[in-house]
Amino acid sequence: MNDARATIDAVYRAEAPRVLATLIRLLGGFERAEEALHDAWLAALDSWPAKGIPANPRAWLVSAGRFKAIDRIRREARFSAASDELERQIELAALHEDDDAPAIVDDQLRLIFTCCHPALAPDAQVALTLREICGLTTEEIAAAYLSKPVTIAQRIVRAKSKIRDARIPYAVPGPEELPDRIETVLQVIYLVFNEGYLASSGTSALRTDLCAEAIRLARLLDTLIEEPEVKGLLALMLLQDARRAARLRDGEIVPLEEQDRALWNSAQIAEGQALVRRVLAGRFSLYSVQAAIAASHLPQGSDWPRIVDFYDMLLQLDPSPIVELNRAVAVAMRDGPAVGLTLVDELAMPDYRLWHAARADLLRRMGRGEEARLAYAAALQMTTQEAERRFIARRIAELDSIPPKPQAFPRA
Amino acid sequence: MRYLCLVCFDGAIVDTLPPGEWDKLVRDSAEYDRELQRRGHFIAAEALMSPDSATTVRMRNGKMSATDGPFAELKEQVAGFILIEAADLNEAMRIGANIPLARIGSVEVRPVM
Repeated sequence: MNDARATIDAVYRAEAPRVLATLIRLLGGFERAEEALHDAWLAALDSWPAKGIPANPRAWLVSAGRFKAIDRIRREARFSAASDELERQIELAALHEDDDAPAIVDDQLRLIFTCCHPALAPDAQVALTLREICGLTTEEIAAAYLSKPVTIAQRIVRAKSKIRDARIPYAVPGPEELPDRIETVLQVIYLVFNEGYLASSGTSALRTDLCAEAIRLARLLDTLIEEPEVKGLLALMLLQDARRAARLRDGEIVPLEEQDRALWNSAQIAEGQALVRRVLAGRFSLYSVQAAIAASHLPQGSDWPRIVDFYDMLLQLDPSPIVELNRAVAVAMRDGPAVGLTLVDELAMPDYRLWHAARADLLRRMGRGEEARLAYAAALQMTTQEAERRFIARRIAELDSIPPKPQAFPRA
Repeated sequence: MRYLCLVCFDGAIVDTLPPGEWDKLVRDSAEYDRELQRRGHFIAAEALMSPDSATTVRMRNGKMSATDGPFAELKEQVAGFILIEAADLNEAMRIGANIPLARIGSVEVRPVM
């Protein structure tokens, strides 16, 4: 493939999701919009190599897609009387379409609320968002979620049928429903981010894309809706993503306290911290408190007393054993591993791999090598993620290099 | 677009409600139907007798078989329906969620073909 064609492909890939969102509004449904987008792409391949890429490729593609859709409807007109009306609607919708950027941004937002509609199953919401808003292929989504492309494709087809048949609207919900609906959208965005950040599989480029898309969507929501939780989630993702370069060394996980903090993205941390200061001035909520915890890990060190305070707040908002466990680990950093271990042991979560991992780490720090080894082994048995397995195996190997303390009694 | 709101609940719950609560639900339900009529959403609504009074029939090879009771033994059973007109699923869900019996049971909102 030559350079010119590669540039055209790149422009198209970047613009396609936005163009699709607008075509869905203009044409009133996924099917027609996808056909029109495909037709517009063929038209671009026809025109752009000779005439060059237009100054505003997005507007060009929207316009081409709309005309192609009208052509199709005219061709079908012989079979259906309803098509006159449809054609008129498309022309009308286009009258208000002055290629203005705000309308196109609004289209994306409308589409987020459609894809994250509570009437769709949660896994369908995620798949649809990645496919229709982030422009990932079915294969890429399948790779990210350790699923078969055909399963993802079926999930997306079913969701689209429901949107059409039950008439799920392409609209930002009214003020009455907005708070509940935003919660679902934020959950989906955070799932996308975590898939990129924690990554059960997939190439590192794909994972970076997922994080960038999640941050882009949160920014988009934030520009259009004044809601502290949106800012909280945006801050949380910016702060976590800022540590990306330090989190892995040669593909191996580096725990927070061993990270080279000079590698953290300081601009992103500054942006995240500014957002945290703004949201903490208002009411405390789930994402903003988590963001505040992330913001307490400063390049010069982590403020553990402050982190424990925020975990106390988080426990009031979201009383769960997992938050308790994270709090216990923070207490261990503040007051020493022995205090932390008492709290962790009280929690007793033998079915949760991170409980074993947390115990193992505290026992290791207390020099109780043999018990640490057993706890690491229990964690390893429950862990499927490869990088995490290698990390635990490395910890066990490190313990092996230290001779075990002499034991008073021989083991049975 | 028309949607059928199937109202379901567990009949045993009625006995556990505080005194007067059931009567209030019945009054609220009648008032809600009138409200939907005023707002132009109402097409039809009926309340059904208890599932014990149901008979399920099937036709196989030209022969009818009948069984006592509803076709599926579930805790929550269909107790009535409201057929509505709504602009889209958002509006239909809002109307369905505000059906008084949704407070003790559930409402299935299904588009009509």
